[in-house]
Amino acid sequence: MPETPPEPQDASERDVTSERDAAPDARTTVGVPPEPPTGEFVPLQTPADPTGRRAILEVDNVTLRFGGVVALDQVNFNLYEGEILGLIGPNGAGKTTCFNAMTGVYTPTSGEIRFLGEKLSGRARYKITKLGIARTFQNIRLFPEMTAMENVMVGADAHHKTSVPSALLRLPRYWQEERSGRERSHELLDFVGIRRHDEAARNLSYGEQRRLEIARALATSPKMLCLDEPAAGFNPAEKESLLQLIRDIRGTGVTVLLIEHDMRLVMGVTDRIVVLEFGKKIAEGSPAEIRDNPKVIAAYLGVPADAA
Amino acid sequence: MTDVRTRWRGFRHGVSQRWDRQPKATKIGLILVFIVFLYALPERGFYEYLGLPLGEYIPLYTTRNDMATVLFQCGYYILLAMGLNIVVGYAGLLDLGFFGFFAVGAYTVATLTSPNSKIFTEYNWLESPWPWLVALPLAIALSLLAGVILGWPVLRLRGDYLAIVTLGFAEMIRIVAQQNDWIFNGDRGIARIAHPPGKNSDGSPIFAFDAKPYYWLILTVIIAMVFLIRNLVRSRVGRAWVAIREDEDAAELMGVPTYKFKLWAFAMGAGIGGFSGALWAGQNSFVNASTFRLEQSILVLAAVLLGGAGNIFGAILGGFLVIYVPEWLRSVGDVFGLPEQVRIAGEPYDVSATNLRYLFFGIILIVIMIFRPQGLWANRRRAAELKDREKEAIVGA
Amino acid sequence: MQFNELIHGFPVLTITGLTQGAIYALIALGYTLVYGVLRLINFAHSDVFMIGTFGAIWTWSAFGFDANSARPSVGEALGLIALAIVVAALLCGFFAMLVEVTAYRPLRARNAPPLAFLITAIGASFVLSEGMGAFTNRRQFGVPAMLPTEPIAEVGSWSITPLQLATLSIAILAMVALDWFVQRTRFGRGIRAVAQDANTAALMGVNKNRVILLVFLIGGLMAGVAAVLSDMKAASTRFNVGFLIGLKAFAAAVLGGIGNLRGAALGGILLGLVENYASAVFGTNFRDFVGFLVLILLLMFRPTGLLGESLGRARA
Repeated sequence: MPETPPEPQDASERDVTSERDAAPDARTTVGVPPEPPTGEFVPLQTPADPTGRRAILEVDNVTLRFGGVVALDQVNFNLYEGEILGLIGPNGAGKTTCFNAMTGVYTPTSGEIRFLGEKLSGRARYKITKLGIARTFQNIRLFPEMTAMENVMVGADAHHKTSVPSALLRLPRYWQEERSGRERSHELLDFVGIRRHDEAARNLSYGEQRRLEIARALATSPKMLCLDEPAAGFNPAEKESLLQLIRDIRGTGVTVLLIEHDMRLVMGVTDRIVVLEFGKKIAEGSPAEIRDNPKVIAAYLGVPADAA
Repeated sequence: MTDVRTRWRGFRHGVSQRWDRQPKATKIGLILVFIVFLYALPERGFYEYLGLPLGEYIPLYTTRNDMATVLFQCGYYILLAMGLNIVVGYAGLLDLGFFGFFAVGAYTVATLTSPNSKIFTEYNWLESPWPWLVALPLAIALSLLAGVILGWPVLRLRGDYLAIVTLGFAEMIRIVAQQNDWIFNGDRGIARIAHPPGKNSDGSPIFAFDAKPYYWLILTVIIAMVFLIRNLVRSRVGRAWVAIREDEDAAELMGVPTYKFKLWAFAMGAGIGGFSGALWAGQNSFVNASTFRLEQSILVLAAVLLGGAGNIFGAILGGFLVIYVPEWLRSVGDVFGLPEQVRIAGEPYDVSATNLRYLFFGIILIVIMIFRPQGLWANRRRAAELKDREKEAIVGA
Repeated sequence: MQFNELIHGFPVLTITGLTQGAIYALIALGYTLVYGVLRLINFAHSDVFMIGTFGAIWTWSAFGFDANSARPSVGEALGLIALAIVVAALLCGFFAMLVEVTAYRPLRARNAPPLAFLITAIGASFVLSEGMGAFTNRRQFGVPAMLPTEPIAEVGSWSITPLQLATLSIAILAMVALDWFVQRTRFGRGIRAVAQDANTAALMGVNKNRVILLVFLIGGLMAGVAAVLSDMKAASTRFNVGFLIGLKAFAAAVLGGIGNLRGAALGGILLGLVENYASAVFGTNFRDFVGFLVLILLLMFRPTGLLGESLGRARA
């Protein structure tokens, strides 16, 4: 997939990293992953970050080859529970490839990707969603004929069990799941800020469509939400509200992975950043560390050191 | 011309708005009245009551067959169209061999209920013929199974490959049926298939040669089917089907088990097709290999698309038109004394409506796809989406 | 299962298989060309072929030869065959282009979804076959005998009749000509460009619609040649003869690798052979199943075919 060129940097402004929430703000219950079936808390046996949070996704020495092209070269990093991780790099760095591998679309040529300790490769794509990974798309892929409500309900259906017999005979399970799906969808649409729930997805504004995609992804009750350039085409005001939305999503307990070209957005919302170049990881750290990292600056050649 | 179109659209819009605004009781009342009307259709007394002239009343009547027979034929095509609508219209899978499932249903009933069937005469697998009502669920089940068996290897394929494989499948079924020495008895066929059960108050069987009871039976089935299909469509299943049709990969990434639901669509369509076949066999009492020609699959497809794919009432409309229009044309021809055969350069050509029916609907298919792909009774949203696609067409490409 | 039939009849089966396979190959070329450029299965192609078979019969009857007449002399026969090929090829080419212009092009102009193309394709197929059916009263028509039936060459238990020799040579000639055309001429380059990336080709000055028309024309021409050969082999034709042979030819195209011209040729020949061998082993009842079975198995397990690239799975 062709990568969009990095945003033109405004040389006169210094970046100002916004205040970040100190503690998760659990205002709503949307996006909260469902309880584990046994009701018992089974702690993950995955690596922990310095603050003790467990990794929910481990990219373990992953190499991905397409024919002769090495798209990813021994990439190694973890995504820790509850954080917002940014994945950046210049064009052709392999961000989208890495993103696709992390959401189970591509299988690594060597190395492993583990989600909650389990290998991702070889699973059917809808099962990966049921495991708790949801994503949005770089070029919006909504179901155009359906309304906003219906789009989100498809996401909510991911964990439902209604099938042909229950639907045909209108068994209790159907009524239960429809009602809860409907409620949840309304909640989620309000959460992302869409007012016209019954409008066909085609007719929504561009900003609403992007947010609808996020709502639909959240409806699948993910533990990890992967956003592929969610701010593409947004004006600064929309980017600001997107920033807040991402923080709110993290506040409900969902871990967020973000590919983005807008540096101000990335610096402003992420906890940590991983930088790729030519398929290799060249840096990993907090936004402040990344901003001053000479390797990163060199990768984005031509970008003045003090720009956003 | 555009003025007429906008006025028509405005009229339809107005009607549907008025309909939506009615209280639920009124809606139910109107629907019931309509249903009673449908049941009353073949009764001559009904027309006399309305004061309509009988005999050569062109707008409604058909001369060759009585109304009940025509309606019954429409009925089983309507059922077929409803079944194929699930596969093509909702799930978006192009099944070109749908009539094969009709054949499975009809042949099941035939082999189980006819005393001529080789099960009893040659192979002695069973003692005596079964009654029609007992064979019916088995016919439906076998068609469902056939749908699963065909769908299972084939549904992972892309649309065009799926189309041609289903096309071949129907043909293979016909070739199997054509083998004279097997159970299906080729062109000689199986006769004396049992009729549905039931006796009148005077002891005579209800389902004999009069087409009316068959029509009422199939009308009841159709009405029941409308409710069942609506239940499916307004549920997770229906949403999944639309999602699959719109963007299968995105659907799968949103957690929709696409393969499972595609298989269900296929199976349900097949089951309905088989049901229709079983009903038809119970009426016709005879099946043979030439009953199941490929052209019938295309006719059902034309019915679905003409009426409006993805829309229950569109399928009903299409199924009705596909049978009724040629019959009606024949009647018009009869009333006006038009010939059924013309002589061109000494050779007689059969230009009857039924002979040209497939040619006519083949042309209709092409014309619909070009000019009105959403069909006659269009699903509003579909129509809008297709219009948008048109606008996106690259000029000059 | 009768393996002795296969062993005893091997030479005959092989030669027959090769000739039938050559016919499949010619028709398969039409499918693979259109699919390579438009990603569309042109269902109407088989009915275009059927029209060609009638074209040949009409040509021959114009010279006074019908199913009951005596064979012409060898010189006359060759002339008649050549003439029939020209007529059938032109007729098929014309109808192929007609289908493209009336059925497919308007859909492209409206940016119709892929399902619409398939539906139109099957509609066009039906219009052609039913139209011909009405025109011919659905009768079966016999083909006049053209070439002598005694084998013209024998080596041990291998023999070849004039018809088989003619079929193979004409088919090979046509395929070589096509290959040259696609690889060496400007038009051929245009075809290959449009097949790989239509929009870029348009940007490079290639007239997409004209190339597509050319592709249909070529497919039709090949079908016309196949029609004459098939007429002579099958000795009869009727309005619905296209369906089954079209299905098999498409299977052959997939076998060789859809979109791949040499693959279509290879696939056709292979299918002809396999069909014959299988019908010897399993009984002639199964002959028509073979093509279908091959198609299903291929699409399930190796949609790329023998030589081609993978177009079998749904696009990601």
